[in-house]
Amino acid sequence: MTTNGHFNRNRARTLFEKVWDQHLVRPQTPDTPAVLYIDLHLVHEVTSPQAFALLRERGLKVRRPDKTLGTMDHSTPTTPRNALGIIPVTDQMAAAQLDVMRKNCADFGIPLYDLGTSNQGIVHVIGPEQGLTQPGMTIVCGDSHTSTHGAFGALAFGIGTSEVAHVLATQCLLQNQPKTMAIRVDGRLQPGVTAKDIILAIIAKIGVGGGTGYVFEYMGEAIRSLNMEGRMTICNMSIEGGARAGLVAPDDTTFEYVAGRPYAPRGADWERAVAAWRQLPSDDGAVFDNEVTLNADDLVPMITYGTNPGMGMPITGRVPDPDHLSDVSQKMALDKALKYMALQPGQPLLGQRIDVVFVGSCTNSRISDLREAARLIKGRKVAEGVRMLVVPGSQQVKAQAEAEGLHEIFKAAGAEWREAGCSMCIAMNGDQLQPGQYAVSTSNRNFEGRQGKGGRTFLASPLTAVAAAVSGVITDPRELMN
Amino acid sequence: MEPIRVFSGRLAPLPINDIDTDQIIPARFLKVTDKEGLGAACFSDWRYEADGSPKPDFVLNQPVYQGASILIGGHNFGCGSSREHAPWALLGAGFRAVISTYFADIFRNNALKNGLLPVVVDAEMHQQLISLAQEDPSAEVTIDLEAQSVTLPDGRQVTFPIDPFSRYCLLNGVDQLGFLLSLNDQIEAYEAQHAARVLTTSA
Repeated sequence: MTTNGHFNRNRARTLFEKVWDQHLVRPQTPDTPAVLYIDLHLVHEVTSPQAFALLRERGLKVRRPDKTLGTMDHSTPTTPRNALGIIPVTDQMAAAQLDVMRKNCADFGIPLYDLGTSNQGIVHVIGPEQGLTQPGMTIVCGDSHTSTHGAFGALAFGIGTSEVAHVLATQCLLQNQPKTMAIRVDGRLQPGVTAKDIILAIIAKIGVGGGTGYVFEYMGEAIRSLNMEGRMTICNMSIEGGARAGLVAPDDTTFEYVAGRPYAPRGADWERAVAAWRQLPSDDGAVFDNEVTLNADDLVPMITYGTNPGMGMPITGRVPDPDHLSDVSQKMALDKALKYMALQPGQPLLGQRIDVVFVGSCTNSRISDLREAARLIKGRKVAEGVRMLVVPGSQQVKAQAEAEGLHEIFKAAGAEWREAGCSMCIAMNGDQLQPGQYAVSTSNRNFEGRQGKGGRTFLASPLTAVAAAVSGVITDPRELMN
Repeated sequence: MEPIRVFSGRLAPLPINDIDTDQIIPARFLKVTDKEGLGAACFSDWRYEADGSPKPDFVLNQPVYQGASILIGGHNFGCGSSREHAPWALLGAGFRAVISTYFADIFRNNALKNGLLPVVVDAEMHQQLISLAQEDPSAEVTIDLEAQSVTLPDGRQVTFPIDPFSRYCLLNGVDQLGFLLSLNDQIEAYEAQHAARVLTTSA
């Protein structure tokens, strides 16, 4: 552990400790938290208005608009553009919130990727896409899935609106140093098993509170074998295990992904940056406060059955029985979840009828997710009575998918091809489940009502989502891959 | 912010584990641009039927728990989304403290910045407080921030942890932004030292 920031440079440190130490403006003291410098602040329309209001009230400026980027994603419609190429916002409250965002960014000099413009998209898709997300950085946003950016070896985490104001005004955050947990995933994934299945298995193992107070570092052969978008899927859901941040050490896969993107360093700057990034991985002998291990060889596609992301199981499994739990509060929680989901203890989920399939969200809306989904759905049809939405994570992802003809594959199958945004993951833009409907969703939360009041969510990978869409029931995607 | 020292209040028991912030304030209420009116939507989906009428069996709708200012939640209270609307909604619904065995990180941070006290007690005391609230809804407990204690009507007392900086800010009614602003020189020095790493979002 770093004590008050006075670390011994020869001591073996973790990736997290290195990034933390490099960003200390002021070390933690017995009376005050550490003051951490923030390299990139991403801002969206839902969690920022009250922060800007506080700045106005105090007569404060945004300290570093050049380290701040705004986008619109949560309350934005994903419905088609009109004849003028504009995405109409019919919800008056959403329209007002988007107007406030425009005014705030204009007044405070913050660049904004406005609705429908070529770079707009989900905040955790656009940062990496633009090359703004780089190894060794500190990145925050008023959104708990900011952990996504940890895939690059950045320390990235969600903050509340008061903290959004802190960062806008001072580019700094007050933080007590978290503990570290190594999550090692050895072995190799079998066909049909993906990064989403790894993270659902991890959360099922540790529970939704298992990582509270920790920063995760994901390591091991199975993590190293993933592409950047798979690593982002895993880091994205760190918060669903209770950890504010989850990191993967940067390597050649990382550098190749960042290289050439609009904000990536170039020329000699690039060489210097990569040399510095190569120093970031945890040293041999670095000590973690806790460790969890999994073997990817044993993993099968995962799916959730309950009302938090920790209530997950292999797709071939059976819904657990509350009567088999000894802990009273856990039994009550499972009882309540199964009642909400209208599922029976001991029943399999394979064959369970579904109404809606959602492919999208900051967890699984990147081009590789869409390619995987398209490959499996090509030549098949969405089952009668099932609605399938495919929502690209950004306008750039949408354009790339269209250049590859993926949209035609989805549309031919009978799926809806949408504009970019958070959409049915958070269901505040009109894309939502009806009460009682079942959805297989590639998003990150299956909380009660998360995808619409009374809606019931099964979280799974894009492959499992497609398998359900074309079958009309929950189906093991491996059956369609032979 | 008003300073917080000692306050007494009645308890409302909601002993459910892993209460996420989507339950505390569903996303459809997040289209506001201020903090007003969120109290009415607090626990909306648990509190109201589809037609808007109150569900009579939900704790916050029961007449005996009207006016309770201390919520007892289950383990891992406030998990999920980082929305600060969750503590705003709880404050708007009249709560000044939440007692649990465990709080999710971001919720705890957000609560402390708004004067909503997250009070951690052990499992045994948690159960005793739930029983007290269920058996005698009129019972009042006293929370003393300075002493970091919860006192039951029979005089039993337990202490709770809170980081010294949050405690100082709450006791004195000052917000944390003022402290950060006072460090301007150190922030400038840091920026000068790390100029080479500057990355700009302006094209």
